[in-house]
Amino acid sequence: MQPFDYVVATDVESALAAMRAGARPVAGGTNLLDLMKLHVEVPARLVDVNALPLGQVEATATGLRIGALVRNSDLAFDTRVQERFPVLSEALLAGASPQLRNMATVGGNLMQRTRCSYFRDASQPCNKRLPGSGCGAIGGYTRMHAVLGTSDRCIASNPSDMAVALAALDARVVLASGAGTRSVPVTDFHRLPGMHPEQDTMLRPGELILAVEVPDKPFSARSRYLKVRDRASYAFALVSVAVALHLDGGRVREARIVLGGVGTKPWRCHEAEAALTGKPADEVRFKAAAAAALRGAKPQGDNGFKIELAKRALVRALHLVAGEA
Amino acid sequence: MDPENVEDGVDEAEGAEGPGGVTRRDFLAGSGLVGSALAAGTLAPGQARAVEPLVAPTAEVPARTVALLVNGKTETLELEPRVTLLDALREHLHLTGTKKGCDLGQCGACTVLIEGRRVNACLTLAVMQQHRPITTVEGLAPGETLHPVQQAFLSHDGFQCGYCTPGQIMSAVGMLQEPWGPGDDAVREAMAGNICRCGAYPNIVAAIQSVRRKP
Repeated sequence: MQPFDYVVATDVESALAAMRAGARPVAGGTNLLDLMKLHVEVPARLVDVNALPLGQVEATATGLRIGALVRNSDLAFDTRVQERFPVLSEALLAGASPQLRNMATVGGNLMQRTRCSYFRDASQPCNKRLPGSGCGAIGGYTRMHAVLGTSDRCIASNPSDMAVALAALDARVVLASGAGTRSVPVTDFHRLPGMHPEQDTMLRPGELILAVEVPDKPFSARSRYLKVRDRASYAFALVSVAVALHLDGGRVREARIVLGGVGTKPWRCHEAEAALTGKPADEVRFKAAAAAALRGAKPQGDNGFKIELAKRALVRALHLVAGEA
Repeated sequence: MDPENVEDGVDEAEGAEGPGGVTRRDFLAGSGLVGSALAAGTLAPGQARAVEPLVAPTAEVPARTVALLVNGKTETLELEPRVTLLDALREHLHLTGTKKGCDLGQCGACTVLIEGRRVNACLTLAVMQQHRPITTVEGLAPGETLHPVQQAFLSHDGFQCGYCTPGQIMSAVGMLQEPWGPGDDAVREAMAGNICRCGAYPNIVAAIQSVRRKP
């Protein structure tokens, strides 16, 4: 790692002040330090935010407020999450390893960067790492890359499992800056690469994640996460599916469908949800929803298999949630 | 953290031809310095149009006093902020039981306990862990009597070469405090963050189950 300065913040104000002076926040460190060792990230100064009072999961009038510093393992094993938002617990436990989950935070998980091997190799061109340098992945080895939301500048997939589940739960991210606080839907938090793949999120300079708010909805408790990967555990998703259904007498009243591993951001499928709404929860409708979800998917050389895989995973996940599997 | 990325690199080497007509495989075979060449950022002539040279070192950051509470004893060190907990333990405190495998959070060889929870010592900074109780494999057995997990690994032959073993044992000790189910499948999932190149997994699972099933 290159040398860097290190300061500790004890409250949100001192953290924001350090960030205004150019410091990067570090909490679990599992992604940032990894990328610093690879010289992909080269911050001159870190501000340690672990002492900030953001480590609690609190019940609110409408759901749960999850502090940005809550560790992934603690959130996954929280009985309120397991009972009311099972897709979130399952997604967290499907990500990384127990050691990493003990370190990684909710805020850091939202901020984690792509696993694209061209992004992670500082000798390769990458528009996300060095804007304007080109994309090594396009025309390169693309087995892990996205088929949805790509641009001619970047086809890197978002690696988070947690964010896919949060997107299916209508969760919001609470942000703080010197100008005050604001909240945005998780589905708007990550950006499409477009012309500016270097901007992973809509976070403004100097803004800090305070919490994630997850509302109780009629579909929240009937939700599952299905992850398909190259081995049984401890690998990033080839394809993953978060599904939440509000069923009424065998019919779907409301649905949430979000895909992971296939999009440049957690990929909510509004068309697939619409294909189910008001319809019987059966194989025919599930297949129609899967077709709608992947309509517009664009294969990139080695990753064409993800399109059919995602359809089948979605149908299977819908059966799991509907209780017919 | 995914060792898959390492495999990606291997697959890439199979046929990819660089702009100068030099395949990566040719280059690597010719250099004879696979790991160190890549780590140092050295490139084949055909790959020399690297878009981002490794950054020039920024200004030196002076060492500062760092107090670590390791195995019940407070150790005071002078460390730069960039020193990981793993390097502080091995290179500065000479506690070499904690192993460096991948140094990127992918293998689990560096697993230690911080406040009783298992973590990868390679992905945290020593300066971030001051005054928190840290347990390494050296601190597991209070005297001459082995910790039950250490004894179980011996009794069940839970290793071959032994390099991953301290991390496996620390991970297993951490796992005992976590809410996992009783079956072998739960052990395999809970120990997924510890890679064993020798493939001693069946015996590792048996060792851990013998501890969990003790009355």
